[in-house]
Amino acid sequence: MSTQLTPVVPAPDHQDERPPSGRGFSSLGGRRSLTGWVFLLPAALLILVMNFWPMFQAFILSLQTGRGAQLSFAEPLWFNYQRMLADQTFWMTLRTTLLYLVIQVPIMLVLALVLANILNNPRLRFKGMWRTAIFLPCAVSLVSYALVFRTMFATDGLVNDVLTGMNLIDSPINWLGQTQTAQFVIIIGLLWRWTGYNMVFYLAGLQNIDHSTIEAAKVDGANAVKTFWYVTLPQLKPMILLTAIMSTNGTIQLFDESYNLTAGGPAYTSMSVSHYLYEVSFVQNPNFGYAAAISYVILVIVALLAAIQLKVGDKRD
Amino acid sequence: MRSVPSLVFLTVAALASVFPLYFMVVSATNTSQDVLGSRLLPGGQLVENLNKLLAAQDLGAAMWNSTLNAVGTTALSLLVCSIAGYGFEVFHSRNKDRLMGVLLLAMMIPFAATMIPLFRMFADFGLTSTTIAVILPAISVPFIILLFRQAARSFPHEIVEAARIDGLRELGIFLRIFIPTMRSTYAAAAVVIFMTAWNNFLWPKVILINEAFQTMPMLISNLTSGYVTDYGVLMLAVLLTSLPTMVLFLVLQRAFAQGITGAIK
Repeated sequence: MSTQLTPVVPAPDHQDERPPSGRGFSSLGGRRSLTGWVFLLPAALLILVMNFWPMFQAFILSLQTGRGAQLSFAEPLWFNYQRMLADQTFWMTLRTTLLYLVIQVPIMLVLALVLANILNNPRLRFKGMWRTAIFLPCAVSLVSYALVFRTMFATDGLVNDVLTGMNLIDSPINWLGQTQTAQFVIIIGLLWRWTGYNMVFYLAGLQNIDHSTIEAAKVDGANAVKTFWYVTLPQLKPMILLTAIMSTNGTIQLFDESYNLTAGGPAYTSMSVSHYLYEVSFVQNPNFGYAAAISYVILVIVALLAAIQLKVGDKRD
Repeated sequence: MRSVPSLVFLTVAALASVFPLYFMVVSATNTSQDVLGSRLLPGGQLVENLNKLLAAQDLGAAMWNSTLNAVGTTALSLLVCSIAGYGFEVFHSRNKDRLMGVLLLAMMIPFAATMIPLFRMFADFGLTSTTIAVILPAISVPFIILLFRQAARSFPHEIVEAARIDGLRELGIFLRIFIPTMRSTYAAAAVVIFMTAWNNFLWPKVILINEAFQTMPMLISNLTSGYVTDYGVLMLAVLLTSLPTMVLFLVLQRAFAQGITGAIK
């Protein structure tokens, strides 16, 4: 990134299609280079205007106070951030989101790894059927599955009927009406929706592994668990890093499930921080400045966690 | 298969994955009481549920809005991202690599951090409750650009050279040679973009203020806001929302898998 701002010495072109003096647009190579930039232009402009510019705007906004369009710079400038420190609901929703993260992501990735490893066994029959079944939850939207889970976990619903029928509980559990059970249902939902998705990444990673390394380990007398741990897993490391970053990113931004499955309840205790941000932005008394400040905290957390994971992932070579 | 525990584990995982969807399908044909009463067999309530749903919500409009948004996003995104991915690879240079690096950073920006300024920007232009406002932020996706750049890597450079000698212009090479040869990549990207766009909830909910523009995910979300939820009707609406993406998934599962993993080498 540091080279971004300094003038760059013209580097020899990788495809070598540009003549040595090919900086001017009169030359064929130069014209081609210009064509290349034109091809990139719509995509780059859209990302600039739809991602980077709003991100910059959000920072400015986070330093402002006021209602609706009547915004002015806060006094002191970091007023919104100061207010956040004292905002119990903000901290609670942030804690809840991180709780979802630390419980759901590791369980999901381990499950996905184990399933991918089982599915990768050459002797397994009906591979396509198993894969389709476990991958299938990805076919429905987050809102859809959240509402299905909400129905199944209703107090007079299916899950309680099954549990009472099996004599596992005496009276129906109010799943969505109590803090811990509501959080539990959200975690179960996330596991259900995303395990197959991550499994597909591991299956793709396993295909790139040279099967002879696994055979060699077996010849050397390693059992299945040892082979998996010492031979397969290290080779999957880049994929594991990628899925960990993606899932972390996704869970921190959790909204649809919090909104539709538990509606954040009871009393905000299962609400995700993005859901709280939505409430601050568009429900009750909309406060864009404060919401922008919250969004920047989410931004910093996403960046920090990705950086940490990249660092840890790099070291374990 | 070598071990019984693996097979048991696999069976449990597969059943757990499929069951909620089975429950959704059968519940769409049952009364609300039957849904809560855990009836797991198809009932005869499908038409009745559909009539109730049609009476309560403008189903046709929501289906149309969702279709328009998803098809529009898919078409524009395919065009913009594929030409960019092609440009990055075929006209490769170090500066373009740097630009790609910067664009990839956009993947790490949480939507939460851009949502409010985006809303204000579109509101300033008087574009709330418009299709264009739903589509525009979803067109240029770094991940899809990367997918096409990866695909362009396998596109033989000799073909490009030969076409140039034959006098085909650069855009012509892209349109007439690259697109037809890369059909499978386009299919993979299309499935992913369409499903993401169809399922998107937060941004449409924020920008589509006028209820006439609501999408299917917004419609089903609204069904639970009343005092009493009719679970049969709800499950039918959820089924209708999920049907297009489920069919797409079942028909093009390999393309979908390639689409989500294909950008990684």
